[in-house]
Amino acid sequence: MIRFENVKKTYDDGFEALKMINLEIKEGELTVLIGPSGCGKSTLMKHINRLNNPTSGKIYIRDKDISSIDPVELRRSIGYVIQNVGLFPHMNIAKNVAVVPKLLKWDKEVTTSKVDELLSMVNLDPDVYRNRYPSELSGGQQQRIGVIRALAADPDVILLDEPFSALDPISREQLQDELIRLQQELKKTIVFVTHDMDEAIKIADTIVLMKAGEVVQTGSPEHILRHPANEFVTSFIGKKHLTNDTLDPGMIVDDVMSVNPVTASPERGMAAAIQFMERHRVDSLIIVGKKRELLGYVSIFNVLQGYRHEDSRLADIMKPFVHVVESGSSVALALTLMNEHGLPYVPVVRDGQLVGLVTRGSVVRHMAEMYNPDDMSLEELTAEAEKLKEEAPLEPAEADQEGGGRT
Amino acid sequence: MMEWLSDYGSFLSSRQGDILIALREHIYISALSIILGAIVAIPVGIWLGGSRIGWLNSIIFTIANVLQTIPSLALLAILIPLLGIGRTPAVFALFLYSIMPIMRNTYSGFKAVDPNIIEAARGMGYSRLQRLLRVQLPLSFPYIMSGLRVTTVYIISWATLATLIGAGGLGQLIFSGMGVNKTELIVTGAILAVLLALAADFLLGLAEKWVTAKTRSAPASGTV
Ligand SMILES: Nc1ncnc2c1ncn2[C@@H]1O[C@H](COP(=O)(O)OP(=O)(O)OP(=O)(O)O)[C@@H](O)[C@H]1O
Ligand SMILES: [Mg+2]
Repeated sequence: MIRFENVKKTYDDGFEALKMINLEIKEGELTVLIGPSGCGKSTLMKHINRLNNPTSGKIYIRDKDISSIDPVELRRSIGYVIQNVGLFPHMNIAKNVAVVPKLLKWDKEVTTSKVDELLSMVNLDPDVYRNRYPSELSGGQQQRIGVIRALAADPDVILLDEPFSALDPISREQLQDELIRLQQELKKTIVFVTHDMDEAIKIADTIVLMKAGEVVQTGSPEHILRHPANEFVTSFIGKKHLTNDTLDPGMIVDDVMSVNPVTASPERGMAAAIQFMERHRVDSLIIVGKKRELLGYVSIFNVLQGYRHEDSRLADIMKPFVHVVESGSSVALALTLMNEHGLPYVPVVRDGQLVGLVTRGSVVRHMAEMYNPDDMSLEELTAEAEKLKEEAPLEPAEADQEGGGRT
Repeated sequence: MMEWLSDYGSFLSSRQGDILIALREHIYISALSIILGAIVAIPVGIWLGGSRIGWLNSIIFTIANVLQTIPSLALLAILIPLLGIGRTPAVFALFLYSIMPIMRNTYSGFKAVDPNIIEAARGMGYSRLQRLLRVQLPLSFPYIMSGLRVTTVYIISWATLATLIGAGGLGQLIFSGMGVNKTELIVTGAILAVLLALAADFLLGLAEKWVTAKTRSAPASGTV
């Protein structure tokens, strides 16, 4: 649909903003341009509606070289949301939204109803907002107007340059959903610039990752997450996304196990074991030999039963493990074992030695790490959750008490 | 005091004819210079506001500044050999003085338009002319108007000097008052010049409000 062929852009001051761009933007897809600030996303996007012209190379829309199209005509046929909103301060909202329809000399009635429809679409009551001026709107509301202004004349191609950056998370999600719906229903070709990988993953059919005027990788979100082309992509994606939503089949138990399980020597007595369990707040102990070879486990019930005999040792009451996993096994295997046999945990062994323990808790903790990119402490996370609860009271999720107790 | 006032009243009615003529001439000279000034200075200001040729901007502004600093009497004197005496050189001199402030305000008005808004306008598909008329001009209109108002006020006051080269106007009253030592004449000329300036400023203010209201509140279509 839109094709860049060997496009280079050097600005008047000699700055090379685009270096050899070859890119195909597919019809009816939502393509997201993403990359660090200053990498040339806006520059690239503005080539599509000829706000920028390439220093060399060609751009085609539907196989037509756009340098042969009158820029004014071209721009009227392409929806455009500028990075800094750019509403016209001397026009009221209705007029702002109706700019392109007016340029295209649409019928007034049609324009009016289109404006109202679009305002309602972004949850702004037309009766309230139609006659307001941009200065009377919040930043987020202005951005919504910027977006619907680009949609007003039903263009096939829509360019959006960081359109949701000033929105609160909730409206942002809402508009993202709206955009996805719009795109799926109307099959618009949308080019969307963002800094935000979460946003890109959520809305993109294709992600184009840029760095310093070059395209580093192109592909579906899934593809880029699974097969980042290089270090830069990996770091840009961030650790949290690598396994986000998808439990990577390649993930092994060693990634998720807790490496300091509460262990005890088989020579210990019952009183010592009880005190140990109390101190570590666990209800079972893993029994290992001197070289950490895995011998078995005791539960609190076994210990209490054995307590009467003063000289009994853990070795007398311990039970052997039926299920263990070898170091290097997949997490999926461990989880399946735990699931099928109702186990609170599975030990991980290498050459018969205990190296760690996969518990439900350790899996959850690992996921929490992935989903907690800012490395907030538990206190901070809890405080955050409290705050959310106050805003929107929810039934607290049932706490999952587990036997292994190693959380 | 009462006596003086009634004397002054009878003086006014006796010289009514002269006074009205002087007033009319004064309005004519001032209005013509400002209109000519606006016709030249606004387009030049717009053009400079859009041009990226830095050195040209400085040259033009320097010339306009220099013109501004020539003492008015000297300018009038210089113009006599070139344009003779009468209204023409007077209007021409005042026109030169009006260029600078109108141009500078127009220029700042255009420079003050947010570049993002210009880019949005380009991106939406406004042609260059449409952009000028529908975006840049309305947005810089307050600047242009304030330039016109300031200029009008002081052109009206400077126009009193025009009488020195035989252009008439309220200056005529003042200078002949000085010649025959008749305070009433001087006072009348001065007061009328002040009133005229205030009235012109007021009218321009009204016009500005009216235009702004008209361009601003019209809805996109028939419904409100
Ligand atoms: N008109 C211009 N003249 C010279 N350099 C420019 C011009 N416009 C942009 N640049 C430079 O080109 C580079 C790319 O700019 P661009 O606006 O495309 O970045 P971006 O990826 O959109 O960044 P951001 O995410 O901050 O919006 C930047 O280094 C910028 O300084
Ligand atoms: Mg940008």
